[in-house]
Amino acid sequence: MKEIILIKNGELALKGLNRSTFEAVMIKRIRRSMKSCGECDIRKAQSVIYIEPKDDSFDIDRAEMLVSKVFGIAGYSRAAVCKKDMSDICSVAKEFLSETLSTAKTFKVEGKRGDKSFPLTSPELSAELGGYLLSCYGHLKVDVKNPEVTVVCEIRDNAAYVRAGQKKGAGGIPVGTGGKAAILISGGIDSPVAAWMMAKRGVELSAIHFASPPFTSPLAEQKVKELLSKVALYAGQMPLFTVHFTEIQKRIGESCPEEFFTIIMRRFMMRISQRIAADHRCQALITGESLGQVASQTIGGLVCTDAVCNMPVFRPLIGMDKNEIVSISQKIDTFDISIRPYEDCCTVFTPKHPKTKPKLYDIEKAEAVLDIDALVEEAVQTARFEIIE
Amino acid sequence: MENIYFDNSATTPPATEAVQTAVRFMTEEYGNPSSLHHMGISAAAALNNARKIIADELGCDVSEVYFTSGGTESNNTAIIGGAIKNKHIGNGIVTSAFEHDSVINTVKSLEAEGFKAQFVSPDKNGCISAEKFAEKVDKNTALVSCMLVNNEIGTINDVAQIFKLAKAKNPSVICHCDAVQAFGKISCLVKKLCCDMMSISGHKIHAIKGVGALYIKKGLVIRPRNIGGGQENSMRSGTESVPLIAAFSEATKLCKQKAEHHIKVQSLNERIKNALINEGFSINSPSDAIPYILNVSVLGVRSEVVLNYLSSKGICVSAGSACSKGKRSHVLSSMGLDAKRIDSAIRISLSRYNTEDEADKLINALIEAKQLLTIKR
Repeated sequence: MKEIILIKNGELALKGLNRSTFEAVMIKRIRRSMKSCGECDIRKAQSVIYIEPKDDSFDIDRAEMLVSKVFGIAGYSRAAVCKKDMSDICSVAKEFLSETLSTAKTFKVEGKRGDKSFPLTSPELSAELGGYLLSCYGHLKVDVKNPEVTVVCEIRDNAAYVRAGQKKGAGGIPVGTGGKAAILISGGIDSPVAAWMMAKRGVELSAIHFASPPFTSPLAEQKVKELLSKVALYAGQMPLFTVHFTEIQKRIGESCPEEFFTIIMRRFMMRISQRIAADHRCQALITGESLGQVASQTIGGLVCTDAVCNMPVFRPLIGMDKNEIVSISQKIDTFDISIRPYEDCCTVFTPKHPKTKPKLYDIEKAEAVLDIDALVEEAVQTARFEIIE
Repeated sequence: MENIYFDNSATTPPATEAVQTAVRFMTEEYGNPSSLHHMGISAAAALNNARKIIADELGCDVSEVYFTSGGTESNNTAIIGGAIKNKHIGNGIVTSAFEHDSVINTVKSLEAEGFKAQFVSPDKNGCISAEKFAEKVDKNTALVSCMLVNNEIGTINDVAQIFKLAKAKNPSVICHCDAVQAFGKISCLVKKLCCDMMSISGHKIHAIKGVGALYIKKGLVIRPRNIGGGQENSMRSGTESVPLIAAFSEATKLCKQKAEHHIKVQSLNERIKNALINEGFSINSPSDAIPYILNVSVLGVRSEVVLNYLSSKGICVSAGSACSKGKRSHVLSSMGLDAKRIDSAIRISLSRYNTEDEADKLINALIEAKQLLTIKR
């Protein structure tokens, strides 16, 4: 039995004249992610995108998993391909839907005759296939108003397709249509979720990670890469810049009041990130901050960190509770990686009593003793670059 | 970069003698001990010889030693087998709160089968009182289990006294001892320690990972964990790993000089301990702990950060127990230490192969780490 995947656009349909551009980007995304599944044809007809395997070696389960992660897709389904004759349609439908129909209680059949040369009309097609399936699965009842399973049979120009219902796609808009931004990623639960949320709005990502070797472990960097690989399933491949941050942390620790340590450190992170982001044509920064979660994530703290930024800083999690963030991280499969216990650069030097309501004036005065430009420059120049797939 | 290895409670560097023995049984004498031809016969002879060496070290009969895949398997077999064997006596299990996970989690898994577990906490110094332990034992107790040496702080428990008192209160109770961190380092004579069962492991004494043994007192028949061809007197079916077992016995032979090793390790331990006390480190190990383990805290600095720093200098230590990465150590928690001290605990574990020069490098690196990581005001 030959199977294909049918894809329905989401918000794309609303985007007026941009629609064709958006669709082209989405098809490009689909095409790219299908490469790891084998050979297939991807084509568009009316508002439906078809993924048709070229041979049996195509991994259609993996293809379905990857399709479920492409932003811009509202819904998708797997369909069985049949010859355009009633007896083939019936026998393929019986086999293809056996698992779904044997556990369901009610169903209906929706016939759609696209090819008007087909001898049966849509209602006739529905009735005939419905009757046949009822005779095969005796426990089923027909319910046209509220069926558990809707079997769709479409007669198209090339072939007939049978499928059961439609699965929800990832939604959002295709990555690459929303500009570029850089995510500051630590290895915790929040930043991968923030990255995913912005990718969902079409943003192409770069990632920036701060490491404090030799005090942070190579395992912590490995963890960040694994997190980004999970995000990349949705967002596509992305560059990762790893900034060597130890020297700056030491300098802050030596020269600035302990209570300002975290805020001054965050300001350095923003300055360095902004430089790297701009060098790689990103127009905004993304962080996983959520208001009030830790001492540096108060409004006062954010005022102080944003004061050094001249590009917008997106904080998609700002109004979310931890459990809301956790449930997304579980959905995108980053949670189990995030909770691996390695220390990150933020926990290496932890001040005993961080300031929760810092005044910008005090912070600026405190950090003025440092040669900020030189430290930032050094960090930008020595950042390591690699591609995460 | 030169490796300086102070994580010997996690695993030890295999002794050359043990490795050579294993290689010989992999390349030349690779027969199956159950085979009837000459190669099988010689493999069976090697197995018997190995069993004899381990039995001598435990002061027991060869028929009482069963080879396993290591400490975890031995603990599982002993605890599950012992508890179920004695189910008709009662459903109580008493153990200490600072056992290895392979004991604690096995005991907890039995709670689902109707057993009731009680965990005796050590005092602030990391010592278990035999009287306090025995208080929990009653007519309903099926099994008690207590480790001889604690793997994180090095406490040497008075297992003999604990088991004696337990048996006085309930003569039917089965007494199991996890001696993984003690075997080959201090005397593990099963009769003196009043054990019915004892778990030991190869890779903690410079043998190879994947082999251990369980002593089961003659007459005590427990349910086997592996069913099959009847190897190990039907206690543990599956073809015996002759290379690993032979290496284990070879490494055990080297432990004959444990008194000398003890003196050497003791002096290294004191060298490190005294230097660190002078620098303001807190010592978490009891004063009479086994010298192979020294647990210290660098207050205010997280364990892993120090560990990473030492690792960058080629020095290996562990943060708490290597098996419980990241979780707050249940051993230090059970002692009632405060969170800061637990979060900054480092376990230095030594072997007879460590040198004074290595100890000095460790001391210097620890002092450096402390200075670098303490934020100056």
